[in-house]
Amino acid sequence: MYLETHEVVKQYANHLALNKVSIQVPKGTVFGLLGPNGAGKTTLIRIITRITAPDSGSVMIDGRPSKSDDVYNIGYMPEERGLYKKMKVGEQSMYFAQLRGLSKKDAHRELMIWFKRFNIMDWYNRKVEELSKGMQQKVQFISTVIHNPDLLIFDEPFSGFDPVNTDMVKNAMLRLKDEGKTIILSTHNMESVEELCDNIALIHKSQVVLQGKVFEIRKEHRPGIFRFRILGNDFDFVHPSFEILSREPYHEFIDLRIKKRDGISSNELARLIFDRYEVVSYDEELPTMNDVFIKTVTRDAK
Amino acid sequence: MNTLGLVIQREYSTRVRKKSFIILTLLMPLLMVALSLLPLWLSTLNDGSVKNVAVIDQTGIYAPLLKSTDLYQFRIIGEQEENKAESRLGNDLFAILHITGDLHENPHAVSITSEKQAPQELQAMIERTLNEKVTRQKLDDLSRSDNIDSEAIARVRSIVEEGSAVSLKTMRLGGDGSVSETSTELATIIGMMFTILIYMFILMYGNMVMQAVLEEKKSRVVEVMVSSVKPVNLLVGKIVGIGLVGITQLIIWGILSGVLFSAVSIFISSPGQAAMMSADMGEFNVEGVMNAVMSVNWLEIGVYFLLFFIGGYVLYASIFAMFASAVDSEEDTSQFMTPVTLIIVFAFFAGFYSVSNPDGPLAFWASVIPFSSPIVMMVRIPFGIPLWEKLLSLGLLYGTFILISVFAAKIYRVGILMYGKKPSWKEMMKWLKYK
Repeated sequence: MYLETHEVVKQYANHLALNKVSIQVPKGTVFGLLGPNGAGKTTLIRIITRITAPDSGSVMIDGRPSKSDDVYNIGYMPEERGLYKKMKVGEQSMYFAQLRGLSKKDAHRELMIWFKRFNIMDWYNRKVEELSKGMQQKVQFISTVIHNPDLLIFDEPFSGFDPVNTDMVKNAMLRLKDEGKTIILSTHNMESVEELCDNIALIHKSQVVLQGKVFEIRKEHRPGIFRFRILGNDFDFVHPSFEILSREPYHEFIDLRIKKRDGISSNELARLIFDRYEVVSYDEELPTMNDVFIKTVTRDAK
Repeated sequence: MNTLGLVIQREYSTRVRKKSFIILTLLMPLLMVALSLLPLWLSTLNDGSVKNVAVIDQTGIYAPLLKSTDLYQFRIIGEQEENKAESRLGNDLFAILHITGDLHENPHAVSITSEKQAPQELQAMIERTLNEKVTRQKLDDLSRSDNIDSEAIARVRSIVEEGSAVSLKTMRLGGDGSVSETSTELATIIGMMFTILIYMFILMYGNMVMQAVLEEKKSRVVEVMVSSVKPVNLLVGKIVGIGLVGITQLIIWGILSGVLFSAVSIFISSPGQAAMMSADMGEFNVEGVMNAVMSVNWLEIGVYFLLFFIGGYVLYASIFAMFASAVDSEEDTSQFMTPVTLIIVFAFFAGFYSVSNPDGPLAFWASVIPFSSPIVMMVRIPFGIPLWEKLLSLGLLYGTFILISVFAAKIYRVGILMYGKKPSWKEMMKWLKYK
C-alpha cells in the first residue's frame, strides 16, 4: 500500500464530515474517490494533503505515519482552480515549480516538456485570466505534476474539458501511472472511473460504503442479466429459474435478455439454453459504475 | 531558494512591474513639485501688455513721483483732457487716477477710476508712493516750525525712510546646548506632509495585503500553496513583499522629489532668476526658505518615518490579513474592517489637531499608543521631541506588532482554509486554540 487512512474522523462545528474512514491505495495504481456531493471527499483529500488535521485516526504513507515533509511529494489539483489570474502562465508555472523545490533550471526544463506535450507553448506569456476554463485547467494540471511527486490527487480533473483535451489529460494520467505514480481521482464522471481506475472507494454520508477493485465491484453488483443471441426465429422456452426481459429479432437471430432467478448458477442457466438452442453469442451484463453508484447511494437512502 | 524568499519575490516583482505602479511612482513626485510650484509660477505671469494709467494731478506735486513699471505706464494728462480720457477707458487706457487736492491736508483727495476692479498690486503701489511723499511733506512742515530741534527731525526722517524691519526668528535649544534656527511653519508643513504620507501608505498597502489574501483564498490558490508553503510563511511573505513595494515607492519618491526640488532651487537662486523672482515676490525671502528647508534634519525624519512606517504597516497589514483570511468575499470584510478603519481615521485627525499643539496631552498619548502612534508621531517629530518619547513609542509599536502578527498568523492559518459561512468574532477566538 502506498497510502492508507485508518479510521479517520473529522468533526466540524455541527456535522460529522468523516466517520472512521479507512481507505487503502496500492502503489502505482489509480484510485477513484467517489461519492455524492457533500459526502466528505474533499475533506478526506484535505486531510491527506495535510491542509487540515483529522480529529482522530491516522494517515500512513509507504507504511509509516505521514509527516509534514510528505506534502512536497504530493501534487494536488483542487476542483476550483488555484491560479493567480493576473500572472502570466509561464511565470506562474515556474513559481509553483520552484515553490515545490525545483531549481530554476530544472523547473524550466520540466515546464518545456509539459508545455510541448499539451501543445500550449503559445500561451507562455499570456495572463491566466485571458484563458478559457479548460485552458486554465491544463496549466493547473502542469503545476500539479511539475515537481514529479509520487502521489497525485486530482479533484474533478475533467470538468470543463472538451473530448480531445479530456483524452489528452487521461493519457497523461495513464503515463504517470506507468511511471509508477500513485493517483487519487475524485470525480463524478463514472466513464472515466471505469476507464482509468484500478480501485475505488465510495464515500456516502461521511462513511466508506464500498471499496475494492473496480472490476470486482462491478462483478459483485451484476444484476444477473444475461444476453444471448441465438439462431432461429422463435424462442418459446419457459423455465422457473429465469425470466425473459426482452426478445428482439435481429436478421436471422433473436436477441434475448434473461434475468436469472435465485437458486440457480449462471452455468446451469447457460446450460439450459445451450442444450436447446444454437447460441451464437453469450455474455453477462456488467453494471456500469454509474449503476453501482446510484444503486449504492439510493439503497442507503432508504 | 527557500519558499519564504520565493513568496516575497513573487509578491514584490508582480507588483513592481505593474504599469499602474510604475506610472504612479514616477508621476507622483512630478505632480507634487508641480502642485507646489504652479501657483508660484502663475503669480509671476502677466498678460504681457503694459497697462496705461492716466494721472490727472491738480496739484502737480505727486504725478511725477509715480514711476512706470513693466506693468503700468503712468501718463500725466491735463484736466482739459479728462473727458477724452474717460471715453478711452477700457480701450487703451486702464485707469484714471485723480488727485484733486493737497494730500497732506486732505488724505481723501485721491481716487482711481477703472472699468475693471483695479488690482491690489496697483493700489498698493500708488498708496505706498503717495504715503511716502505725504510723510516727507509732513516732516518738512514740521522742520520749518521754529521750536523744533533740526537734528531730531533728521533722525526721524532716517527712521521713517529705513523703516523698522522687524522679523521674529524662532530658535530651538538642542539637548547639547546648541541653539539652532527653526521654522515653525516649516515644521508644521513637514509634519503634516509625513502624516498624510504615512496615513496614505498604511491604508493603501494594508488594503493591498487584504486584497492579496482574499485573491488567494477566493481562487483557491492557497490550497495548492499550503502543500508546499507553510501558512505562516505565506502570510509573512505577503506582508514583507508588499511592504518592500511600499518602501521602494517611498525611496523613489524621496530621491525624485529631492532631485526635482534641488533643480528648482538652483534655478531660482541663479542670479538672473533670483533678481526677477525677488522683484516679483516683493518681501518674500526665497533664500531664507531654502536655507530653512536645508536646515531640517531630513535624515532623522527619514529614518523615523521608515521605522514608524514599518511598524504601522506591519501592525495594520497583519490585522487586515487576519480579517481577510476569515471571510470568503470582499463584501464580508466590512464587519471587521469598519472598526479598524475608524481607528486609523481617528489617528489621522488626532495628528491633524496635534499640529497646533505638538506637546499637548492628545498629541502625547496618541503618539505613544501603538494604533495611532505611527501617524501622530510623524506630526511631532519635526517639532523636535525628547528621545525617550520616540523610543517609548517605537518600543510599544514594535511590541504590539509582534503580538498582533502572532495572533494574526494563528487566525490566518485556520481562516484561509475555511470556506462557507462568515465567522463570528467568537468563532475566530476559538481558532486561536487550534493546533
